Amino acid sequence: MKKDWPLWEIFVRSKNGLEHRHFGSLHAADAEMALENARDVYTRRNEGVSIWVVESRHITASNPEKSGELFEPAQDKVYRHPTFYDLPDDVKHM
Amino acid sequence: MSEENIKDLEKTFEARIARDEKIEPKDWMPEKYRQTHIRQISQHAHSEIVGMLPEGNWITRAPSLRRKVALLAKVQDEAGHGLYLYSACETLGITRNELYDQLHSGKAKYSSIFNYPTISWADIGAIGWLVDGAAIINQVPLCNTSFGPYARAMVRVCKEESFHQRQGYEIMLKLCQGTAEQKEMAQDALNRWWWPSLMMFGPTDAESTHTEQSMKWKLKRKTNDELRQQFIDQTVPQAEILGISVPDPELKWNKERGHYDFGPIDWDEFWQVVKGHGPCNKERMKARVDAWENGEWVRDAAMAYAEKQKLKKLNKAV
Amino acid sequence: MNKELYNYILSIADNCLILGQRLGELCGHGPTLETDIALTNISLDLFGQVRSYYQYAAKLVDDKTTEDDIAFLRNEREYVNALLVEQPNTDFAFIMGRQFLFDAFHLMLLSELQKSHDVTLAAIASKSIKEVSYHYRFSSDWVRRLGDGTPESKERMQAAINDLWAYTEELFYQTASEKLLIEKGIAVDLSQLKASYYQNITDVLEESTLTIPDSKWFKKGGKEGIHSEHMGYILSDMQFMQRAYPNMKW
Repeated sequence: MKKDWPLWEIFVRSKNGLEHRHFGSLHAADAEMALENARDVYTRRNEGVSIWVVESRHITASNPEKSGELFEPAQDKVYRHPTFYDLPDDVKHM
Repeated sequence: MSEENIKDLEKTFEARIARDEKIEPKDWMPEKYRQTHIRQISQHAHSEIVGMLPEGNWITRAPSLRRKVALLAKVQDEAGHGLYLYSACETLGITRNELYDQLHSGKAKYSSIFNYPTISWADIGAIGWLVDGAAIINQVPLCNTSFGPYARAMVRVCKEESFHQRQGYEIMLKLCQGTAEQKEMAQDALNRWWWPSLMMFGPTDAESTHTEQSMKWKLKRKTNDELRQQFIDQTVPQAEILGISVPDPELKWNKERGHYDFGPIDWDEFWQVVKGHGPCNKERMKARVDAWENGEWVRDAAMAYAEKQKLKKLNKAV
Repeated sequence: MNKELYNYILSIADNCLILGQRLGELCGHGPTLETDIALTNISLDLFGQVRSYYQYAAKLVDDKTTEDDIAFLRNEREYVNALLVEQPNTDFAFIMGRQFLFDAFHLMLLSELQKSHDVTLAAIASKSIKEVSYHYRFSSDWVRRLGDGTPESKERMQAAINDLWAYTEELFYQTASEKLLIEKGIAVDLSQLKASYYQNITDVLEESTLTIPDSKWFKKGGKEGIHSEHMGYILSDMQFMQRAYPNMKW
């Protein structure tokens, strides 16, 4: 039997009030071990209060070759931003 | 894809890097870019984990509890850095095990400095001061390199490394403030580690094959010779504070250049060590291979257990 | 000096020192980078605890004594760690078995020590117990993995448990000075913990599909300073600098 430990992606919340952020990856045989390893590898310097682990193969990523059709159409939708709307300077609190 | 098409893609790719855009793993990249990055990042990762060995050699003999925990934490950091770098490399479509195979078979290189022995406690100081000092000079520019995962790993590495060099210099300082015997130990370590540290920046620019391409891809910001000069200029005054002398009779401040002049480096020795004839090449590789092979049944057991647990859960659900 | 208290502190701290030292030998040689990092963390936790204990003990001696004097300048007979922690890193099953058998004890000890009338000891215990809870989780998880992993790992884990079992009872051995301190509410009465210790480890070993050794023969001596042959080598490494270059600062 030759099966390597799968790769896991590690997300760490550095303090309550902040979101979990991608910190990196590591190898582990199961989720329990991935959590333990993540604690030892990525929070040695007090960097976290909560950890998520997910096996890398479960992540579906968008294809960068399609980034044109996926993301560029949003570029010219300026009406979604407050600066699109012209108001006189003396209007306050808006 | 036609050759024409690839040429176009390459042009766009190089333009992105020139604009300081980052390249991410799933982006199209020239095969040479991928291969060069696998080579450099894995070489860097291998250096971290082989680098654990000469220092690990003194963990059990560290002379105080304070020194012992500092050294343990430092060697552990190197394992962490190896891990970050292997992970960055894995995003390029190669597994850590394949990278280990390359290391264990001798196909992949690692920094030659770790083939020198640590024969006194002062060597731990000298490694922290000189070797980590040289490594920082090499690594800081990589925080801005073009490949995203490598750059991110390097940001983390550089942040964590900041205590390593101070740790080493503090060891040297204590020795130099101690008894004559201790100071002699420090001088002896500097004598042995100085030249190998200068070699860490690689062959002279005239001899270096990868420089131009590496500059373009931001794997390098300055040439080997420039970095080496920077290291010498910043390290010589540090040796003066310690009160020990750099083992180079030709070392002299050159007012016109605004740099130190230094004597010739023994490149013969450098290439011999690279080729495997250094004092500890065999021992280092044996330690790595042994750890990997002796660990195989452990890794297999963990996988077998994980699969059994998964099955158990499935059966329960049914 | 309060000799009883001093001895009692050492009887707890020396276990951490010698086990930390054993784990320190492994740094760079583990089965994966991840396990290397984890074991080093445990070693660092233990050395951190050692320093708190020895700094306290040093103050009991006089103003000049330091943590390092206690760590490095005693003769073998003056170290009072249990034999279990000085056992060698034979293979990963031994390393995890030793860790597990010690952690299960250590956790129970600290949990009681938190209630000690000696406020310093109680404070060190409350701080350390969080670290040790993690050690126990880590090592018992590994015992389960190896016990219920492959046939080879099961065999190795069983061999380790069979061998190390003989060192478990000594963990509960009580010295004369310890008994005096129990009456004062300072030391933990280990005899009260023994039954649940064996219950706890038996539970984990059974979950791991391992057989509980039925041997009733236990080795002891470490807590009275009579060690195994391994101890001399551990100390010759650990004390090398202090012995070769006496009276220097590092």
